[in-house]
Amino acid sequence: MNTENRVIFTKEMKKDYKILIPNMCEIHFELLLRVLRQHGYNAELLHTNGREIVDEGLKYVHNDTCYPALLVIGQLINALNSGKYDPHKTALLITQTGGGCRASNYIHLLRKALAKAGYEYVPVISLNLSGLEKNPGFKLKPSMLIKFLSCLIYGDLIMLLKNQVKPYEINEGETDALVERWITKLIRFFRTNRGCDYFSMKAILPRITRDFAAVPVNKTDKIKVGIVGEIYVKYSPLANNHLEDFLISQGCEPNVPGLMGFMFFKTDNRLEDIKLYGGKKLKKAVMKGLMWYMEKIENCIVSATKAYGDFTTPATYKHLRELIEPVMGYGCKMGEGWLLTAEMMELIENGYGNIVCAQPFGCLPNHIVGKGMVRKLREIYPDSNIVPIDYDPGATRVNQENRIKLMLAVAKENACAQDIKKFVS
Amino acid sequence: MNIGLDVGSTTLKCVAVDDCGEIVYKNYQRHFSQIASKSAQMLGDIIENHPEFASSGIAVSGSAGMGFAQELGLPFVQEVYASRIAVKKLLPDTDAVIELGGEDAKILFFTGGTEVRMNGSCAGGTGAFIDQMASLLGVGVEDMNALAEQSGKTYTIASRCGVFAKSDIQPLLNQGARKSDVAASIFKAVVNQTVAGLSQGREIKGNVVYLGGPLSFLPELRKSFDETLGLTGICPENSLYYVAIGAAFSPDSEKMSIKEIIDKIGSYESSAGYISCAPLFENEAQYREFTGRHAKDTVKTVDTIKPGEKLFLGIDAGSTTIKCAVINENREIVFQKYMSNSGNPVTAVRDFLTEFYEKNGDVKITSSAVTGYGEEIIRNAFGIDTGIVETIAHYTAAKHFRSDVDFIIDIGGQDIKCFKIRNGAIDNIFLNEACSSGCGSFLQTFAAAWDYNIADFAKLGLFADRPVDLGSRCTVFMNSSVKQAQKDGASIENISAGLSISVVKNALYKVIRASGADDLGQNIVVQGGTFLNDAVLRAFEKEIGRDVIRPDISGLMGAYGAAIYSMEHIKGESTCITREELKNFTHEVKAITCNGCPNHCRLTVNTFGNGKRFIGGNRCSKPVSGANGKETYNLYDYKKELLSKYKPVPGKRGKIGIPMGLNMYELLPFWHTFFTSLGFEVVTSPESTRDLYLLGQHTIPSDTVCYPAKLMHGHIEYLINEGIGNIFYPCMTYNIDEGLGDNNYNCPVVAYYPEVIRSNVRSDELNLIWDYVGIHRRKDFTPRIRAIISRRLGVVSAREIKSAVKAAYKEYDEYMSLIRAKGDEYLALAKEKNLPVIVLCGRPYHLDSEVNHGIDKLICECGAVLVTEDSISNKMSKFATNVLDQWTYQSRLYAAAKYIADSGDNMINLVQLVSFGCGTDAITTDEVRSILESKNRIYTQIKIDEITNLGAVKIRLRSLFAALEQE
Repeated sequence: MNTENRVIFTKEMKKDYKILIPNMCEIHFELLLRVLRQHGYNAELLHTNGREIVDEGLKYVHNDTCYPALLVIGQLINALNSGKYDPHKTALLITQTGGGCRASNYIHLLRKALAKAGYEYVPVISLNLSGLEKNPGFKLKPSMLIKFLSCLIYGDLIMLLKNQVKPYEINEGETDALVERWITKLIRFFRTNRGCDYFSMKAILPRITRDFAAVPVNKTDKIKVGIVGEIYVKYSPLANNHLEDFLISQGCEPNVPGLMGFMFFKTDNRLEDIKLYGGKKLKKAVMKGLMWYMEKIENCIVSATKAYGDFTTPATYKHLRELIEPVMGYGCKMGEGWLLTAEMMELIENGYGNIVCAQPFGCLPNHIVGKGMVRKLREIYPDSNIVPIDYDPGATRVNQENRIKLMLAVAKENACAQDIKKFVS
Repeated sequence: MNIGLDVGSTTLKCVAVDDCGEIVYKNYQRHFSQIASKSAQMLGDIIENHPEFASSGIAVSGSAGMGFAQELGLPFVQEVYASRIAVKKLLPDTDAVIELGGEDAKILFFTGGTEVRMNGSCAGGTGAFIDQMASLLGVGVEDMNALAEQSGKTYTIASRCGVFAKSDIQPLLNQGARKSDVAASIFKAVVNQTVAGLSQGREIKGNVVYLGGPLSFLPELRKSFDETLGLTGICPENSLYYVAIGAAFSPDSEKMSIKEIIDKIGSYESSAGYISCAPLFENEAQYREFTGRHAKDTVKTVDTIKPGEKLFLGIDAGSTTIKCAVINENREIVFQKYMSNSGNPVTAVRDFLTEFYEKNGDVKITSSAVTGYGEEIIRNAFGIDTGIVETIAHYTAAKHFRSDVDFIIDIGGQDIKCFKIRNGAIDNIFLNEACSSGCGSFLQTFAAAWDYNIADFAKLGLFADRPVDLGSRCTVFMNSSVKQAQKDGASIENISAGLSISVVKNALYKVIRASGADDLGQNIVVQGGTFLNDAVLRAFEKEIGRDVIRPDISGLMGAYGAAIYSMEHIKGESTCITREELKNFTHEVKAITCNGCPNHCRLTVNTFGNGKRFIGGNRCSKPVSGANGKETYNLYDYKKELLSKYKPVPGKRGKIGIPMGLNMYELLPFWHTFFTSLGFEVVTSPESTRDLYLLGQHTIPSDTVCYPAKLMHGHIEYLINEGIGNIFYPCMTYNIDEGLGDNNYNCPVVAYYPEVIRSNVRSDELNLIWDYVGIHRRKDFTPRIRAIISRRLGVVSAREIKSAVKAAYKEYDEYMSLIRAKGDEYLALAKEKNLPVIVLCGRPYHLDSEVNHGIDKLICECGAVLVTEDSISNKMSKFATNVLDQWTYQSRLYAAAKYIADSGDNMINLVQLVSFGCGTDAITTDEVRSILESKNRIYTQIKIDEITNLGAVKIRLRSLFAALEQE
C-alpha cells in the first residue's frame, strides 16, 4: 500500500481547516461531531441529499464499487465542488475498518477520486482504531475515545427508544424534539467532561428512558419491522432512501439494531481469529479486557431500557453469539459477518419477524450472511418474513418501496392470522 | 360490487365483480403510459353498461399503480399480494403460482409456508425480455410461439440479462441457426431465469398455476415451464386478470363514487416535479450553428461508375444492421446500403450485392473486406478477401476525416465501441459487455413503445425545455424511471431529450467511465447509427464540453473503413463473388452436435453454393480444423494436466469429496495430499459444464453472486449424487501469505461460500466439513486441523496429522513451483521464437472452461504463448500500490502487471479475466490498468459470466494483436 505520498493532516491545519464528515447514523454522528468540535476541530457533518451526489460518485469511482463508497465519495466531492468550502482549507474524514471486505478500500478510493477531480491536495483523515494511518494534526486521545464510545452508547439507546415511541406518539413531532433535547443535554455534559465515564452513564441512561416513557402515546397495533444490513446502507437515509421514515409512514414500528453490536463484533473477531488460527497472547488479553468493559456498559443500556415504561430491550452480544451458533461459524467476519444473520434471528425472536435486509447491490458479504441465510432462517422460523432490498445508483425508490409493500402485505396477513389464533385459543 | 384496476408496466387491466363474485366486466389494454385517460375510459365503460356499479368498492394494484393510487387517494394493493388473494379465492387447491408480467416475474408459494418472490433488479425472464428478443428475431411476440412449436432443439442462452441473451442470440442467428430453435431457446431461457432467480432453493411442485400476459398468450412458454418443472401447470380462465380480480376482492377496497373518481382523473395533472437538466438547444440559432458545423464532414457520393474503374467493397455485418459500401479509387462512395439484418446477415448481403450488380452491370470488385459480428460467415459465403476487426475498420474510416484522431466512439444498435489511438495504434478499447443501456436499440425500444420511429422520436427532444434527468443506469431501471417521470408530468419531448442525454451519460460514465473530456482525447470522431441523431450528438458535445466530428456517413463508417482497408491491402485477384456466381448462390443450414470433446457444442453448419462451409457455435477450432492443429503453449492446459493427476487413492478411512470450484482449484494438491496421506480416498467433482450448473441451480440463494460461486452448488450436488456424503469444503478467511500484499485475505465469497452451501443445499445426505481453517499459520494449523478432522471424521493421531500436513505443504509448494517453472520455460521459449506472450490474469478457478469459455484456447489460436498471473507473480516483491492490497489472489494480479510494465518488453501483454459480479475486481481492474498505463502499456479486460459469446472477446484480442503488429 502506497501511503507515503498521502497528504498529512498537520498540526497547523488543525487551526484553520474545516473537516467534512459524511453522515451515517443521524443521532450518533450528531453527538460525535460535537465531541470533535469540543476537541478543537472545526468539523461539519454533511447532510446533503440528491441525485448530484450519486452522479459525482459515478464520475469518480468505479461503477461496480459498493454503493456506500460511491455515495460517501460522491458526497464529499460534491461538497468540495459546492463552493461552500475553501478546498485549500478543507480536510475530509472517513472511517476505516480493515478486514477482507472491499470497504477497507474506501479511503484509497477516495484519494484516487480526489486526485481525479483535481483535489489531490485535500488531506484525508482516517478514523480507525487499529492505528492504520496517523496524522499529527488528528490524534485520538484516550479522553476523546472514551467520549466517542459513549456517543455510540447514548446514540444506540436514543435510537432504540425513538423508534419505539415515535410511531405511537400522540403529539406529532414530540419524539423528535425529545431526541434533539437529549442531544443538546449530552453535549453540555460532555463539555464539562461529564457523562462519559461508566458511572455517569449508568446514572444518565435511565433518565433518557424515563423521558421517552413519558411521551404520551397511543399504543395501537402496528407492524413491527426490523432493519438489518450493510452498516452504511442500514443507517444512512441518503443510501436507504429514508427507510425508517418510510416504514413509519406506512404504519410500522421500525427496529434498527444499534452500533454497539458492531463494535463488539469487531473486537470479538480478533479473539476469534486467535482461537481459530492462532495468535499472540498479549493481543488476546487486551481484547478480552475491552470486551469486559463493553459488556459492562451493555448491561447499563439493557437495564436502562428496562427502567421505565415497557420497551423492548436490545439483545446482548452474548445472546447474539448463542443464537448464531447452530447456523454459522464465528469465523465469518468480513463486513457485518455472522452478526447480520444473528441480528435477524434476534429480531425475529423479539417479535420483529418482518425484516428489511438492506444491502448495496452486489455486496459480497451479503451474498453469504444476508440473502444466503434467508432460506435457513425460514426453516428455523417459518413465520419470518424477510425481504432483501438492493440499493445502488440505478435502483429506483418506487421499485424498492413496492417490494417493501409486498413484505408489509404479508406481514399484515400474518398479524391477522395470529390475532385469530389468539382469539380462538 | 367491486372494481379492481391493475396498472401494469405496459398494460392496464380492469375488472368489475358483482355481489355474487361474478365478473361482469373485464378489459385488457396496452396503456402506452396513458394510464389516467385509459383508466377513466374503462371506469366510464363500467358505469355506463352496469349502472349498479356507480357506487362500488375499488382498489388499485399493479407495478405502476402505486403512484397513481396515491395521487387519486385510492386504496392500493401490492400486486403480488393481489394475485394471491385472487388465487386463494378462485383456485384454492393451488400450490404455486408463476406469474410473468411486462417487467416483472413472480413466484408465489401457497402450501408449506406461504411465500412470495418477485424479481428485483433484473428484468431477465419478463415480458419485456421476450418482447426484446422477438424484435431481435424480427417477428411479433405471437409469432415466437408459432416458431417455437416447430423447434427441433434448443441452444443455451444466458437469461440473466437481456444484454447477455442478445449476445448469445446474435451470433447464433449470424451463424445461421434456425429461428424456430432460437425462439424455443429463448423460452427455455425465460424458464431457467424464473426458476433459478425466484425459486431460490425452493422446489416448485404440486398444482401450479400460470398467470400474466406472456404465459397467457404463449402456450409454448407454458410447455417449456412444464418440461423443466416436470409437471403440468394450468393457465386458468381470466389468467390475465388475476391481479385486478385480487384488487377487487381485497379487503382494502373502499366504497366510492366511481363518477367522482373519473372526474378526479380528468383533472389529474401530476405535479411537474421531476428533476431536469438543461435543454439541448437554447434557440434555433444555436441549432443552425450546430448543423452548419457538422455539415462539413462529408464523403462525396457519385452516381456513376466509370468504365474500368477499380472498385472496393466494404461490408460491416453488425449485430442488428448490415452496412455495405462500394468506393472508387478516390474514396468516393459509388454505392451504399444500410439494412436491418433481420436475423440473417447472409440474405441481407446477398440482396445488397444483387441490387448492386443489377444497377451496375458486369463490374468487377478489385478487393473487398468485411468486419463485424457476421464477419466469418459473410466472408465464407461471398468469398470476401479480408476479414478485419471492427476497431481497425472504424479507425481506418475515422482517419479519413481527421488524420490526427485520438479517440473514436461508435454507438451502434447494441454495442458501444470506443477506443483511444496512441502512436497510430489502437489502445484502450471500451466495449459494453455488461450493459446495453448506452446503445441505439435502447432509444429504439422506447420509441417503439410510443409508436414512433427512432428518427422522429429523437427529433422530438431537440427543443425540449426541461429534459428529464434520467441519470445513467440500466435499461431495465430506466423503464421505471421513465414511468416515474411520466407520472410526474414530463412531456414526451422532455423524455425523448432525457433519453438521448442518458444514452450519452451511459456511454461516458458506465462504459468508458470517463471523468471529463480530457479523459477521452483532443480529436474525437463519433460514429455509429445512434450519432445520426442530432439530439444524441448534441448531448454528447454538451456533456464533454468539446466539439466533435461526426461524419455524414456516421452509420456507414465500419463499411467505409473496410472498403478503404481493402484498397490499401490488395491481395491479388479478388475472390469476391461475381454477378454470375451470385445467381447460383445457395445457402443451407444444418444444426448438429459436435462430439469432439465433452463440451458437446451445438454447431450450425452453413453450406454455400460455392462449396464453402462455415461452422458456427464452436468453442474451439477442433470441428473446424479437424484435429489439433499446431502445437500451442497454454499454461491453462498445463495446470489442468497437473490437477488431473490427483486421482482417488483407496484408503482405510473411506471416501471424502472435494468440490472442484473456487479456491479448491488451487488447493487441490494440498488437500488431496493431506487426505490421501491420512488414508482417505479423495473424490473430486468433474470440470464444470452447463449441465452441472443446472444440477445445483435451484439451491442458489443470490442471483447476483459470481458465476464461479454459483457453479459450486452443482459440484456439491454432483458429489452427493455420487453417494459421497462427507464433503470437505472449509471456510478460509485467510489465504496463503505470499508476501506480496498488505494482507492475505480471500475475498468474502471465496472465504465463506461453504456457509452458503451449508445452509442451502439439502443437508440430510450431506456431512459438510465447512469449519474455519487457516493454512497461513502452519504451526497453528496442525493441531487445529487435527481437532476438526477428529471431531468430524473420526480420531486421527498427532503423528498422522503431522506427516499429512507436512506432505500437503510440500505438495502445494511443488505444484506452485512447477507452474512457475513452466511459466519461465514459456517466457524463454517465446523470446526465442519471437512469439507474443499473453499473461492471462484472473483467479485460479478461471481455469474451469465453463468459467473461461475457452478464452485461453482463443488466445493460443491467435498465435500467442499463454502464461498465468500466478506463474510470474513470484518474480516480484512487495511494492506500493494505490489501493489496499489485501487479497492473496488479487495481489498476484498487481505483481503480474508490474512485471509486465517493468519488463519493457512489448511482446508480453496482459489480459485480465473478470467474472461478472466480482466485487473485488471493481478495485483490481482500475489498479492493474494504472500499473500498466504508468509504463504506457495496453490494458485489456475481458468480462465473463454465463455467456458463451466470444464475439466481444475476439474484438479485444484481435485489436490487441493488431496494435502489437502496428508497433
